[in-house]
This record gives sequence, C-alpha cells and structure tokens, in this order.
Amino acid sequence: MDKAALADALGAPSAFGQSQFAFMRGNAFEARVKADGGAELLRLAHRKLDPGAEPPQEAHVPDLTAQGPDGRTARTALALREATGAGGWTLLDHPMLALEVAGSPAFLEPDAVVVHPDGGWTVVEIKSFPMLDGSADPAKVGAAARQAAVYVLALESVAARLDPAPRVRHRVLLVCPKDFSNLPTASAVDVRKQRAVTARQLTRLTRLQDIADTLPEGVCFSPELPPEELTAAVEAVPATYAPECLAACELAFHCRTRSRARGAVTTLGRSVRAELGGLSTVDDVLAAARGEAGDPDDPAVAALRRAAALRAEALASAGRGSACH
Amino acid sequence: MSLIATLARLEAVRAGRAQPAATVRHRHLSERPLVLVPLTTAGEAGAPLGALVGPDRHAPRLLAVPQPRDRDLRFAFLAELADVVLPYIDSCALAVEAAERTETDPESGKRVKVEVELCADAPQLIVPSRAGIDFVRLLGRSMRFRRTAEQDPQTPHPAPPRVPLLGRWLTHFGERARVPGSSLLLALTDVLARHWTTGQSSLEDQHLGALLAWISPPEGASGAEAALRAELARDADGQLECPPAGPATDPAFDNKLLAPAIERYDRARTALAAAEDGLQADDRLGALTAAERGIRALVEECALPTWEKVWDGLDLLRALPEGAHVEERWTRDRWSFTGHRDRVLAGEPPQPRRDDAVTAANKLAAREREQARLEAQEALDDPLVMAGRRLAGEAFAGEVTDVVMAYSEGRRPSPRPLVTVRTDDQPHLGERARVYRSLDGRPQSAEFVAYEEDGAEGTLITLRILDKMGRGKEPAAGSVPDKGDRLCFTLFEHEQRGGAKLPDPEQTPWTHGGPPDEESAPEAPDPVTEEDVL
Repeated sequence: MDKAALADALGAPSAFGQSQFAFMRGNAFEARVKADGGAELLRLAHRKLDPGAEPPQEAHVPDLTAQGPDGRTARTALALREATGAGGWTLLDHPMLALEVAGSPAFLEPDAVVVHPDGGWTVVEIKSFPMLDGSADPAKVGAAARQAAVYVLALESVAARLDPAPRVRHRVLLVCPKDFSNLPTASAVDVRKQRAVTARQLTRLTRLQDIADTLPEGVCFSPELPPEELTAAVEAVPATYAPECLAACELAFHCRTRSRARGAVTTLGRSVRAELGGLSTVDDVLAAARGEAGDPDDPAVAALRRAAALRAEALASAGRGSACH
Repeated sequence: MSLIATLARLEAVRAGRAQPAATVRHRHLSERPLVLVPLTTAGEAGAPLGALVGPDRHAPRLLAVPQPRDRDLRFAFLAELADVVLPYIDSCALAVEAAERTETDPESGKRVKVEVELCADAPQLIVPSRAGIDFVRLLGRSMRFRRTAEQDPQTPHPAPPRVPLLGRWLTHFGERARVPGSSLLLALTDVLARHWTTGQSSLEDQHLGALLAWISPPEGASGAEAALRAELARDADGQLECPPAGPATDPAFDNKLLAPAIERYDRARTALAAAEDGLQADDRLGALTAAERGIRALVEECALPTWEKVWDGLDLLRALPEGAHVEERWTRDRWSFTGHRDRVLAGEPPQPRRDDAVTAANKLAAREREQARLEAQEALDDPLVMAGRRLAGEAFAGEVTDVVMAYSEGRRPSPRPLVTVRTDDQPHLGERARVYRSLDGRPQSAEFVAYEEDGAEGTLITLRILDKMGRGKEPAAGSVPDKGDRLCFTLFEHEQRGGAKLPDPEQTPWTHGGPPDEESAPEAPDPVTEEDVL
C-alpha cells in the first residue's frame, strides 16, 4: 500500500522527500566503494573484521540477477551456499533477502553481504554521512545499526536452512566517507543488541492477518475514495500516535491531527504518558490538577495537584517581583 | 521532564499558546549578537550553500555558493564569512579590563595572584537551531587545519588567508557551546524552549517557526494552528511558506528550484570557458552573472524568513528580565574568550583533532561542574525552577515558627540557633542532612535536626544554623532568621567546588595513554582529493 498517496488523499501529506543532491552523492559514493569488483570493500572487511584471514586476492562477485523478488531471493540463497564452501572472499552486491514480518514475507535488499574465507557472513551497510576523525553522528550510526540488524536476522533465516549452518557475524561493516573526502573508511559495528531487540519485536508483532480480521467487512484504503470515507477507513485500524512517528511514518501528520483532536496526552511525548498514571487525555489531567475530578488518594492525582499548586505559587510570586530567597 | 513542565504543556494545549517555563531570562544576550543563518543542500552537511550573517537585523550579509561542489567557490564563501565574523570577534578582543587570576608560581610552587587582561565583552554567535551549532563545529573542523599559501607555499589548494583562523574560532565557539549555561554560541530554539513551554512535543519544538508560532501566535489564530501552518503550509509551487531553519534545506526546494538553477549556472560557466573571442565572452559572462544572481536570490529567499524569525525570537527573550546569576556565567564566557584570544595571539597550533587524556578529563569535569552550577543558579534565580526542585523533594519553603538560641559545646561556644520551619513541601531529608539558604547572595548552611507532622498544617522541620553568623558569641545582626520569615532551603549546594586536580599532561599515567609525544608536530591538514566537500 502506498502510504504517501494515502496521506495525500487524507489531506495530511507526508513531509518525506529526498534531495537529488543527497541522492546523487549517496549513489556516487556507493559506486566508488564497490568499484573494481569490490576490491576496496573487501580490503576494508579484511582489515576491520577478519585480519587473521588471508588477505583478499581477487574478489568473487557472483551475478545475482533473476526474475522478481522471489527469484532474486532464491538466487541469493544459492550464491551464499556456493560461496560458503568456496573458502575465499566473496562479495554479494545488492542481494535480496526475505524475512517474515507479522506473518507475511517482506523483501530486503542490503547494500552488500560479504562471505569470509571461514564461511562466515557479514552484512555491509554503506552510508554517505561522513566519519569525522573516526567518529560519526551517533543518531545516524544507531539508525544504520538497527537497519543492519534486520538484515542479520534475515541472513540467519537463510543460514538456518543450510547444513552445517554458517555463522552470521554480529559485527556489521559500516562504510562511510572519510572526513571531508569521498574516500571510503569503515568501522565494525556490534549489532547484537539491536538484533535482539528487533527479534523480540518481530515475535511480538500482531499478525497482519489478525489485524485484517478485526477490520469491518468491505474496508478499503483506495486514495480515490472521498476523504470522509477514507478517514473512517483509516480510523478502523487502531494506532497510537507518538511524536517519534513523525520521523518514520507517512501517515504521522494524519495521526497527529486525530490524536490532538482526541486530546491524547501522548501527542506531547511518550514520557508524558508515563508520568500521568491512568489519566490519558488533556481534559482529564487538567481537571484532576484543578481538583475538579480524580481521586485525591491516587498518587498520580496528588502529585499533579501539588505540581499545579507549586506552579501557580511560583508564577504569582514572580508577578509580585520577589524571588524565592 | 518534570511534572510541572508536563502540566505547563497541557495548559499550553488548552490555552492555545505557550506558557512560561521561566520567569527570568537564564542566558546572557549580547547588545550586539552576530546572527548566522547557514544553509546546506539537504542531506549533505559538507556542501554549504550560503548564509545570511551579520550583527544588524536590517543589514544581513548574503553569502552564496553557486556550485557547492566547486572547491574554489567554497573557499570564496569561507573567506567572505571570515570577513564578517573575524572583524566582529576583533571588535570584542580589543577592549580589555584588568583582572586578577590565581596561578601557581612556577618557581616557588605557591598560589599567587597575577594581573591579567579580561576582555570587557565577548562575541556572541546566534544560530537558529541545534543543527546550526553542529554546523558551526563542522565548519571549524574543516577550516582549522587548512594551510594558506603564506604558511605553506607547497600546499596544493591553499586556503584564503584568515580561513584557518576562522576555523579555530568557530571550533572554540562549538566547544564552548557544550558547556552548560554558556552563551558564546546559542541555538535559538534551545533558548526559547528553555523559557517557554509549548503545547507540542519537545521534538516538534526544534522547528523554529512552529516554536515561535506557539509563543506569539498571530492575531486571531491559536498556537496549534499557526504552528501547523509554519510546519506544513506550501505555496502553489509546492515550496514551504516557512522554510526550515536549516542548515538543511527542504528537498522540494532542492529538486524544484535549486537544482535547475545550479544546472543553469554550470551550463553558463562551461559556455564561458568555451568562448572563442572577447565579444562572445562578454555575452556569456553576462549569462553567468545572471545565473549566479538567480542562485543568490534563491538562497536569500530561503534564509531570509529564518533571519527575521531569529531576531523576533531575540526580541521576545529580551523582554524577560535577566536572572541574577546570568552576569556571573557570562563573565566565565568572557574568560573563555580571552583565553582563546591569548592562545591565538601566542601562536599556539590549532585545537587538535582529538584531545589528550588530561584535556579531555578536564573538559568533562568542567562540564559536570557547570551543569551543577547552572541547575543551582537557575533555581535560585527563578521561583518557577525552584518550584520544580521543591516538587522533586530537593528544596522546601516555609514560614519560620520558632527560633531557639543554642550554642555549640566546646571551649569557645559559638551560636548554633535552632530554627523551626513549617512547610507543605516534602523534602527528602536524611539524618543530619545539610541544607542551604541564600543569605544576601551567599549560602548559609544548616543541619537537619528533627521532623514533626503538624496535622493538616504541613510539617515542622527543625534545623540548626551552622555558619555565616560572625565570630562573636552573639550572631551578627540579620544572620539568624526571625519568627514569621518566609525562607527557602535547598538540599543542593549553591556553589560548586572544583574536583580533585588532575595531573599535568606530562604526568599522564600509562593507563591513560601516557604523556603526549614530546615536540609533537603540528597536525597535518586533511589530504585533498578530487571530490571533497567543505
């Protein structure tokens, strides 16, 4: 489903878009990293991940083209099996992996996967943000690590079908431009934690089929529908908006509007919800703070009333111009 | 976020406009700050596109890079930036006042007072958002190791003179911005969010337009509506009506307006290079100038709304009275500025890429100390901040109900009066815990003695006053509270003591990498490649 088109039709278009400048630079950098049959990339993998192994002499880069995502996935699995027994360095350029998400298969395309001489597999993530004096923006590295962790899980499901199962390394190779140049440099990133978190989240996801079963008969999300019908259809799917959604989901602005209209306190941040106990709407909280509603024995309500009293006292004293000394 | 701040957010939602988060201004604002609104192409921090810069709201200097991939054009941009920023810095570096500093005498090893210069004022750099601070740091890092033709005639791409110096200054600003409570380099969104609480999340507060919309919504509109418009409203061309405060531009701006303009410029430049005679070259030069003007107009169009908003924000902040301790913290900024001025004048090399162990540990300790100082001073300056500390059990306020004179045991009894305070607050007092109150701006300490429930009236807390009562047998006048006084005691200290002294860099233990290399050569500039950025 095209969520961006859906958001447009709902009248709350998403703000995502990529600048062609960033796109061009990203592509140029990736092409440079993989130039010469991936010689530079394998050299970095050898140095950063597996210095004990023999240095890569010539890169083996199997052809992975096939018809459709299923075909490419099968071709990738085959190439991985062949490379594992070969005992040399192999680079898989844009392989295709499948991972079961919420009961249905999702296809993933890592930038590259390297097969080591010992048969181990490593995910390679190529990013165009710079590594300045050996360190990069932690937020961006974190996002790359989470992304790579998903690929690691997908690779593990491929490995599990082989006998003996090859080892999928939990240290991925992050390749970035060095300082202000376009020369690649790399760093090994441990994604064990991200892998564990993602694996746990994947097992906890509600199956898509189960979500579909809860929807009323005949719900349709076609962007051609009139906005009212479409809004009602989207409303039928439960969603809990939080500000973090803005960075991740095309429908975030729509959900934010609905969440604000309901007066949900999570609109202001997840941490806000945690502080307020059972009170979940703006009206409830303010009424409780003013003493108009709520159980005074509830610790959340009592704390809220104290906070309100202290805030009012401070603002009043500041109005009189006397500080608290 | 404390519960008080959460409550303020909810009140802002209800009221449709931002609520005060502070009753005084907690950051210094210079009379004449230098505002910098930088722009880069989206997703590419290393490719500066231009900037509006200057200390005068009505006369911003427009800088633009018509082709961000061209090293010479980038250097021209940096040189122009240096032409604005360095004279501004110099204007503060010249006026000095005499000050005293305690230093260790190298011969006797004693602590002695020395007369030194302290700059009477320091420059203040204002950028729109936190990303702007990162960009200043990045600019500083990219420039400070560059070599000019004068420094090194062999260098392949010499930087314009003064560019490495600008790099050192911007690095200093960027480093200082990491010290809590400092005001040399401020991100306006951070300062505004410190003083007002909006009805949106702190994530959304990082959008300058939306934040200002909540603080002073236009006539007849609620903050929420105005913020939504600032975030999303686009004109018929699909361009944001309120461009992002940068440095990254909106992808739609890049793709629809900027990319075609840069392409026109590139074509005009290629055509000029291929011109066969003077007449043709003149014509084509005209086309190139027109293309460049087009890009300059785009950069201005994109940065000017933010420029205006930054000054609007500064006006809002100026309307708040300055907190009592702000001046003291600004003096620390002046010391930091003077120190760097002296290092530059003494011809010291630029800041290293990585700090040595002792410098890094010192910086960390200083930041921790300043954080504690900032928290204490903000609470003392501002009843609203103190309210948050009282809610957290870190302070209590109340009325003195009883004062009993008592004396310490010993050969020379000193006054140790017992003061009882009735409070509604619930401080977390341990046995013999120290508490502090401000007595004419200086902290007076007391010791917790006893605690008694007073029915619905609150709690009675008995304290023993310990100091600031003079040397005599009778306490100095005004140093002991009277019955009926309203007092506020804190459980945190008002003044921060420095931690244990670290060894000199030469004495760095081997566990921390050992002493830095003797006579270490000045750091080499970054190697130059064909497709560099910045």
